Amino acid sequence: MSGQIPAPKGYLEIENLKKSFTVRGERLEVLRGVSLSVEEGDIFGVIGLSGAGKSTLARCVNRLETPDSGSVVVGGVDMLRLSARELNRERQRIGMIFQQFNLFESKTVYQNIAYPLRVRGLRKDEIDRGVREAAEVVGLSDKLPAYPAGLSGGEKQRVGIARALANRPDVLLSDEATSSLDPRTTLSILELLKDVNRAFGVTILLITHEMDAVKYACRNMAVLENGVISERGVTRDVFSNPNSSTGKMFMRVYAEMREEYTEGGGI
Amino acid sequence: MSLLNTPFWEVLKASFAPEVWAEILPAAFDTLYMTLVASAITLVFGFALGVAITVTRRDGLLPAATFNAAAGWLINCFRSLPQMIMIILMIPVARLVFGRSYGMNSCIIALAASCVPMYARIVESSLLEISKGKIEAAKSMGSGNLRIIFRVLLPETLPSLIRGFTVAVVAIISMSALAGNFGAGGIGDIAVRFGFQRFRHEVLFACVYVLVVIVQAVQFAGDTASKLILKKRRLI
Repeated sequence: MSGQIPAPKGYLEIENLKKSFTVRGERLEVLRGVSLSVEEGDIFGVIGLSGAGKSTLARCVNRLETPDSGSVVVGGVDMLRLSARELNRERQRIGMIFQQFNLFESKTVYQNIAYPLRVRGLRKDEIDRGVREAAEVVGLSDKLPAYPAGLSGGEKQRVGIARALANRPDVLLSDEATSSLDPRTTLSILELLKDVNRAFGVTILLITHEMDAVKYACRNMAVLENGVISERGVTRDVFSNPNSSTGKMFMRVYAEMREEYTEGGGI
Repeated sequence: MSLLNTPFWEVLKASFAPEVWAEILPAAFDTLYMTLVASAITLVFGFALGVAITVTRRDGLLPAATFNAAAGWLINCFRSLPQMIMIILMIPVARLVFGRSYGMNSCIIALAASCVPMYARIVESSLLEISKGKIEAAKSMGSGNLRIIFRVLLPETLPSLIRGFTVAVVAIISMSALAGNFGAGGIGDIAVRFGFQRFRHEVLFACVYVLVVIVQAVQFAGDTASKLILKKRRLI
């Protein structure tokens, strides 16, 4: 190792991350030594099948799960060595959006977006400005007094994004954020993520099982397979020449689906 | 006027007589007083206990295994006592606190001892209804536990908490009627002394009306409050 030039350190640095769960007395190794490096301002895709450990990986970054071993460094801060108070402060720099949106149904859109600002202890007028700015970014300025239950799936996720971005975080974790949306809405959400990435330079870790999402939004990507990274690189390269079995399988399924789609369209 | 020697219709008519209601009304207010005070105690302590045993669960916000197990065990002990036995058990406690074993305030001790643990369990089951994802979303924003409890957990489950409290109040009303048999006064007392022991069935009927009206009113209030909140949030 000593002879090699060390790779440039990324903004989000995950090293040899291990995490196992005990389910009904059985030990389940979900992450078995994952290493990743995401550069500042990148949109990095992590793709994998269900149960590959994608969500666990994202949740280890902001410590919703505590890994067994390894390290997670975000912007130079070691996430695993923080006290509870420090962790809460760091979490304000790391936004997260979810497949099920996880909006507060007891609060209006305004109050949902205001929540992280209140956590930070901002003044009322600062909160008001922050909420309106974030709502403007996601195009929901007219929905502020509405309750989440009255919104469409795409609008809900926009609220989720506004809430996650309200504190202007450095990192955004997207845990299957488009997986419960229809294709057109998925596209608009991915477009929005690209926009905020461009506008604010927020680094995005995009966890998904949808190839199109990675292909559309991510510059760099990795394939997670059985708890380890089986493949990584520039998205274009990985897609044109997949080496891992999951990567190949994704490509094969993708090709088949396309074929079926074109054939079906002809009838 | 007994059903044994009077036609049902006559007893029914007599149950609306002013003399009957002159006896019933003060008792109805006694029942309302006992229900109100016992409900307030149950709300405060049952609610606090319910939140405590929920957040200290192993997968909760503030895990505390020993406290949780001890509190759970204690709640189960209290809940395993039938209401009648609880009333008898609390007689010496009431004598210790109020200096006498009968009367409405003494009975409220027994009501609280039975209904606080019950409402705590109802609160627990309401709070557990919240999806884990909402808690995690709040955590991911760096929210502290107290804020999560008071700004997320409780508001999100409020309609269910209200419905649960309605159940508890109805249980308190029925238990207060039982306590009437043990010197508490109120509607239950009248029903037993006049309606049962003296065969004045028109009084018994009147007692039934009062209890039905009180319970219906409580249930209506609870349902309406919870429905209004759900409607406001566009959940129904």
